Amino acid sequence: MTKPRTLFDKIWDSHVILEKPGGDALLHIDRNFVHEGSFHAFGALAKEGRSVRKPRQTFAVADHYVPTVGRERGVDGAEDADARHMIRLLEENCRVNQVAHFGIDDARQGIVHVIGPELGITQPGLTITCGDSHTSTHGALGAYAFGTGASQLKQILATQCLWLKRPKTLQVVVNGALGSQVTGKDIVLAIIAKIGTAGATGHVIEFAGSAIRGLTVEGRLTVCNMAIEAGGRAGMIAPDDAVYQYLHGREYAPKDADWDRALAQWRTLPTDDGARFDRSVTLDATKLEPMLTWGTSPEEALPVSGHIPDPKTLGDPNQRAHAIQALAYMDLKPGMALTDIRIDRAFIGSCTNGRIEDLRAAAAVLKGRKSMIPAWVSPGSTALKAQAEAEGLDRIFLDAGVEWRASGCSSCAAMNGDTVPAGLRCASTSNRNFEGRQGKGARTHLMSPAMAAAAMITGHVTDVRKLLAGGV
Amino acid sequence: MKPFTTLTAIAAPIDMANIDTDRIIPVRFLRKLRSAEAGYQGYLFHDVRFDNAGQEKPDFVLNKPAFRHAGIIVAGANFGCGSSREGAVYALLDYGIRAVIAPSFGDIHYANELQNGMLPVTLPEEICRGLRDQLQSNPGATLAIDLPTQTVTDTEGTAHPFTIDPVYKERLLKGLDDIGLVLEQLPGIESFENNYHAERPWLA
Repeated sequence: MTKPRTLFDKIWDSHVILEKPGGDALLHIDRNFVHEGSFHAFGALAKEGRSVRKPRQTFAVADHYVPTVGRERGVDGAEDADARHMIRLLEENCRVNQVAHFGIDDARQGIVHVIGPELGITQPGLTITCGDSHTSTHGALGAYAFGTGASQLKQILATQCLWLKRPKTLQVVVNGALGSQVTGKDIVLAIIAKIGTAGATGHVIEFAGSAIRGLTVEGRLTVCNMAIEAGGRAGMIAPDDAVYQYLHGREYAPKDADWDRALAQWRTLPTDDGARFDRSVTLDATKLEPMLTWGTSPEEALPVSGHIPDPKTLGDPNQRAHAIQALAYMDLKPGMALTDIRIDRAFIGSCTNGRIEDLRAAAAVLKGRKSMIPAWVSPGSTALKAQAEAEGLDRIFLDAGVEWRASGCSSCAAMNGDTVPAGLRCASTSNRNFEGRQGKGARTHLMSPAMAAAAMITGHVTDVRKLLAGGV
Repeated sequence: MKPFTTLTAIAAPIDMANIDTDRIIPVRFLRKLRSAEAGYQGYLFHDVRFDNAGQEKPDFVLNKPAFRHAGIIVAGANFGCGSSREGAVYALLDYGIRAVIAPSFGDIHYANELQNGMLPVTLPEEICRGLRDQLQSNPGATLAIDLPTQTVTDTEGTAHPFTIDPVYKERLLKGLDDIGLVLEQLPGIESFENNYHAERPWLA
């Protein structure tokens, strides 16, 4: 009998080309994604006189620098000359290297971590890389997906492989039924609050348990997206029928006989009974509430019914020091109810929460109501934008006074000019609340799309469950 | 890649955990081209190092006269967490920082330092705190890092041993290039790919 293996073990083992003494493995990379920020890697490659070894395995998309308004003008719609240059430079690097490119005008354009699954480029069992830390997102389909810096990206472009040390494994089991308005975002924020932003450093996280299996593919993508916010090298979830149904018929998914063959292989991927993880953590889904962050680290998150903690009560000196600094930056006082936090702006979108289910959840809250604050929605992809418009969601947002914008990273990366003014508070469905992340001096509160929509209506942090029940 | 063997340099203490890469280099500078003439040193820790008028904030450690020429940073746990931006390493290197000592590092940033010939030194929390205390009491003091013997010698002459993966150590000592190491293996790679894609023709 063979030794029981985890999902991660199976993918790792099938991709090791060779191993050196000391445990350094040369890993085959199935799929690599690039975006405008990848110019350093392309530049270094050209400088060394190298070319892309396997152009068919790399896919490019303009997302980080694309404007979310004025898109009918294409690249010229970007007000900033540097951004126009970055978008054109990607196109040029792809042309020279014969890499498939979904440019600003392409119907397949969108955020790299949204379009990968959407086009069926992301599949179970694959190794997937991108020069972006949120590459962990793709693991929701049962892939081993991780971000790299420019040097490792250059290596992947030049060789289609990567020297890696085998990471450790952490199993996070979330069991039980989720309450109303408790989503993948709330699960992952609760996990990060529990284990910390360095809780999974050096580990690949496999999310498991009935609450994870019960999530849609979209919800799973949100959970794996933020594995990096717990320090994880990657996040992954065992593929199942929900994933196979999601992938079937997508542009790059295998077809006909290949589909049957792929499916048979994918079905062997889930973790075997009795497989060993280096660590394990459990979470009771029945106890979860809608969550939000109050500080400047994703681990500084609490249920919406909570109060701002007093740093003095925090046992860990690092956490205490961080909380003091965070409260000063966020201009918040210990003991304050989270629902008393005023909100000035709201943003729905990003690779974390820019998918159709997220747009539907926010629209369901906003329907027939008005936003009190400036707010905008940037769908995760151009195709999703069209789908949402076919469903009439754009009308709901516009009627509520919310801007309906084009697709890109927008105010999550805040590279394209979609910044939050200094001192203002943004209810954001994105993934990072670091100081200055959404703009110099901007204050970010991370939450789910439904919670961000609830904050739009009241102008302060609001328990969406109470709002919908008429209690706010 | 420039090899790393030993480094004796002024060390700057930053008494903070979870220093994320957005703090090391704000996103708006990532679009900048980097060349020998135009380095990334001016962007390092930009928004905590400079005020809105672009003037140095006197309280920030690297703005204090004793630490301006630091070559080492001693920080809190989880240094370099967050975004994968290699610009964080470019900013550190171009400023003149060749080693960071911390209790732990963000995984991607750790790899990025190694890829650029920087040495991330992992030492226990209490030793890092002790080093920072020494450096606060003796501004401008140097630490000595010796990679072959894997030690950091503090301002009092005590040597603290650190561990590093032997593979990373060898690459740093020799300044080896990963791509060169891969291309030596090309026949094995091609044979792997042929077998792999024979089983999965839709991925080829």
